[in-house]
Amino acid sequence: MSAELNLPARGPRVSMGRFVKAHMREYGMLLSLVAIVLFFQYMTDGTLLQPLNLTNLVLQNSYIVIMALGMLLVIVAGHIDLSVGSVVALIGALAATLMVRLHLDFVTTTLLCLLAGAAIGAVQGFWVAYLRIPSFIVTLAGMLVFRGLCLILLAGQSVGPFPVEFQRLSSGFIPDFLALDAFNMGKFHLTSLLLCGAVATALVVMNTMARLRRQSVAIEQEPLPLFVAKNVALAAVLLYVGQLMASYRGLPNVLIIMSVLIALYSFVTRNTTVGRRVYALGGNEKAAKLSGIDTRRLSFYTFVNMGVLAALAGLIFAARLNTATPKAGVSFELDVIAACFIGGASASGGVGRVTGAVIGAFIMGVMNNGMSILGIGIDWQQVIKGMVLLAAVTIDVYNKNKA
Amino acid sequence: MDSILERSSLAMPILEMKGITKTFPGVKALDNVNLSVREGEIHALIGENGAGKSTLMKVLSGVYPQGSFDGEIRFRGQPQAFRGIADSERLGIIIIHQELALVPLLSITENLFLGNEQAKRGVIDWDAATLRARELLRLVGLHDPPETLITDIGVGKQQLVEIAKALSKEVKLLILDEPTASLNESDSDALLDLLLQFKARGIASILISHKLNEIAKVADRVTILRDGTTVETLDCREAVVSQDRIIRGMVGRALSDRYPRRTTVPGDVLFEVKGWNADHPAHPGRRVVRDVNLTVRRGEVVGIAGLMGAGRTEFAMSLFGRSYGRNIRGQAFLDGREIDVSTISRAMANGLAYATEDRKHLGLVLDNDIRHNVTLANLKGVAKRWVIDHEREVQVAEEFRRRLRIRCADVFQETVNLSGGNQQKVVLSKWLFADPQVLILDEPTRGIDVGAKYEIYTIINQLVAEGRGVVLISSEMPELLGVADRIFVMNAGEMVAEMPAAEASQEKIMRAIMRSGETLMSGEALP
Repeated sequence: MSAELNLPARGPRVSMGRFVKAHMREYGMLLSLVAIVLFFQYMTDGTLLQPLNLTNLVLQNSYIVIMALGMLLVIVAGHIDLSVGSVVALIGALAATLMVRLHLDFVTTTLLCLLAGAAIGAVQGFWVAYLRIPSFIVTLAGMLVFRGLCLILLAGQSVGPFPVEFQRLSSGFIPDFLALDAFNMGKFHLTSLLLCGAVATALVVMNTMARLRRQSVAIEQEPLPLFVAKNVALAAVLLYVGQLMASYRGLPNVLIIMSVLIALYSFVTRNTTVGRRVYALGGNEKAAKLSGIDTRRLSFYTFVNMGVLAALAGLIFAARLNTATPKAGVSFELDVIAACFIGGASASGGVGRVTGAVIGAFIMGVMNNGMSILGIGIDWQQVIKGMVLLAAVTIDVYNKNKA
Repeated sequence: MDSILERSSLAMPILEMKGITKTFPGVKALDNVNLSVREGEIHALIGENGAGKSTLMKVLSGVYPQGSFDGEIRFRGQPQAFRGIADSERLGIIIIHQELALVPLLSITENLFLGNEQAKRGVIDWDAATLRARELLRLVGLHDPPETLITDIGVGKQQLVEIAKALSKEVKLLILDEPTASLNESDSDALLDLLLQFKARGIASILISHKLNEIAKVADRVTILRDGTTVETLDCREAVVSQDRIIRGMVGRALSDRYPRRTTVPGDVLFEVKGWNADHPAHPGRRVVRDVNLTVRRGEVVGIAGLMGAGRTEFAMSLFGRSYGRNIRGQAFLDGREIDVSTISRAMANGLAYATEDRKHLGLVLDNDIRHNVTLANLKGVAKRWVIDHEREVQVAEEFRRRLRIRCADVFQETVNLSGGNQQKVVLSKWLFADPQVLILDEPTRGIDVGAKYEIYTIINQLVAEGRGVVLISSEMPELLGVADRIFVMNAGEMVAEMPAAEASQEKIMRAIMRSGETLMSGEALP
């Protein structure tokens, strides 16, 4: 094949209006999150974005976000995993057994728990991918089995507390290397702010480089003003959040773990061959198979991956409660799945984005948190959350059909 | 054209569509189209893909309701304003789409009366339904028991069930959208005969088809659409209308040669299959491919002829990484060296590629854009290690868009929105980018128009000029005769004849099939 390419000197000119319209689904979700945040910020007289509450918000949602990353891949591949809530409980129970009862150190325990998560995922993945049992049924069975195993392991009781090192996984904050009080700002966590600044700078630089690269082959479509606005907003939000958190206790360890994972999964889904193959698998399994993709192995690994992330979420959740209880993680699977669907994933597979799932998780998280502050009972919270899920997906489907 | 219409005024038009104009955002799909169908005639509607045939039929059947288009529809002299399909069906205008609307796991009877159940106060009278079903099936010449599940009968019979369903609704005007696209020759003939019977009983039909020989056989008149306008209406009963005449109308130019000339001379044997066998996946022991031997030379197009269900697709798919069948035995050689084709990725690594006949279900990820479909079989070609180079990927897709002349807004367009011919070109692009030595093309021109076919033949010529081998599976014998260098004939899972294309003819091929035992294999459909 000849490598000679004579592409047009500049990319297709797309008007701002058309571009925004074409990408409405992505921006729509982000704007909804912003709107919901502003709404609760106003309704709670500014409590929502107070440093303490913001930190809590992150801690409360971290495990949902982390599982949503795995769930997104599972859903994009055309499957579902209903067992993650039970896996969270079982891994918590396992961690408690290993550390509290058997006095294992926390590093070994963490590794063993992640391994156990992988094994759980592998078993379910084997049933789904190789025995071709629908994932809904396999993971429904898993949901019962793992909850039961958790009860057996804990003998129906709560086990705790955990060693302090382990608790830091969830309740710790990054150390402040620059604990100077030079600016007379009280206990301001300068390292956190600088870290946020560094990340913001890195993201803007990377976005700019990617834009230049696309322009060099004339495939950029995003109008420049929009690009600038997006990056300015991104940097501003990061710095604002960083500043808020720095004025409390700095960035939680969990936030770092979560951010790294979001970046990793975002990259994997968008830029790697494996990621692309998962989308093809969910979009048309037969066509993917006939294109030389080992669809069974790919399905299998999406479940292994889900198992590992559910195990990590289980550890974080147990560390946060500082105890392993048989009731841990009940109905987490619903929050995680809802996050993916609110974030634009398609129930029939092949469609969905990591950023969407993360935004979806935060939409749910902010609503939980905001409604709790407002003193809305758990009864009405569920009603409202259910309706938001339905509305989000309805709007999404409606927009897609119209396009 | 005017004179023809005037002279025909003795036969009353059952349907008149006048000045139909339908616009979609940015596109004028139909521009002042006129169509007039007489009582009891078979009226062929032809045109290239995208000429507006389907849109016109959607206007007629009420899919696009009154008000969403300009123009007038008269049925039996009365102006009509359809608000939906129910309105047009009430008058007896029934459309049978190319993709059949049957529920596979329900019986023939249940499908016949779906939405029109033989019921009293919501309780179905199964005896009455069965009797009525038998009656309807007899009319269309289908002898299977009415309680047979749709999934257990072949596409040809399913087509007949659709027609029986239309009869149950007291059809006055039957519209068939490419009814024979997925039928073999004998089923096609049976269907066309049925249309002639209906005609004798005063039922008018509109036949949309790409197959000019069928039109020549049954049509009374032909209306040609091009780029959303009526080109002309030809009367086939007054004077013989030649195929070239119709093609000229469709493409707006004389397509002097339907098959581009090729100068490549085949070289040494490139690919060889010896003693290939495969069983049906659901019925082990039932042999669907039997002791098949095949050779392909460098720069050669080898055709495989045969009826639907002859085992051609089954052979190709079982060869391509065992993607069909079980108990697969046999050897494959490339350049004289035995190669491993036991999985799809190994077959691909050893230089094999298979472009499916079923592009929508097996060929494309329809929700994905052109770019992602083109690179799917060779992601490594646009990636460094694990990481995809997006810019390179766009360049590759763009290159194929130019080379194969894929008509689209840009390579970011979803393939679901492309016409059949352009979808086929995307499938071909995918396999060209995988850079195979031997490319098996399974019905590459099915359901696509004359212009796009010519372009696909040109691509085949380019491939063999590069020293590759092409295996062309086709149910259209003129195509095999025009494109292949050598033709194998397959029947009931066996290769029953081999002949140089220069010495072959349609009669010779048919004779080879008939001689080999007229037994057609049942169960033609792949799972």
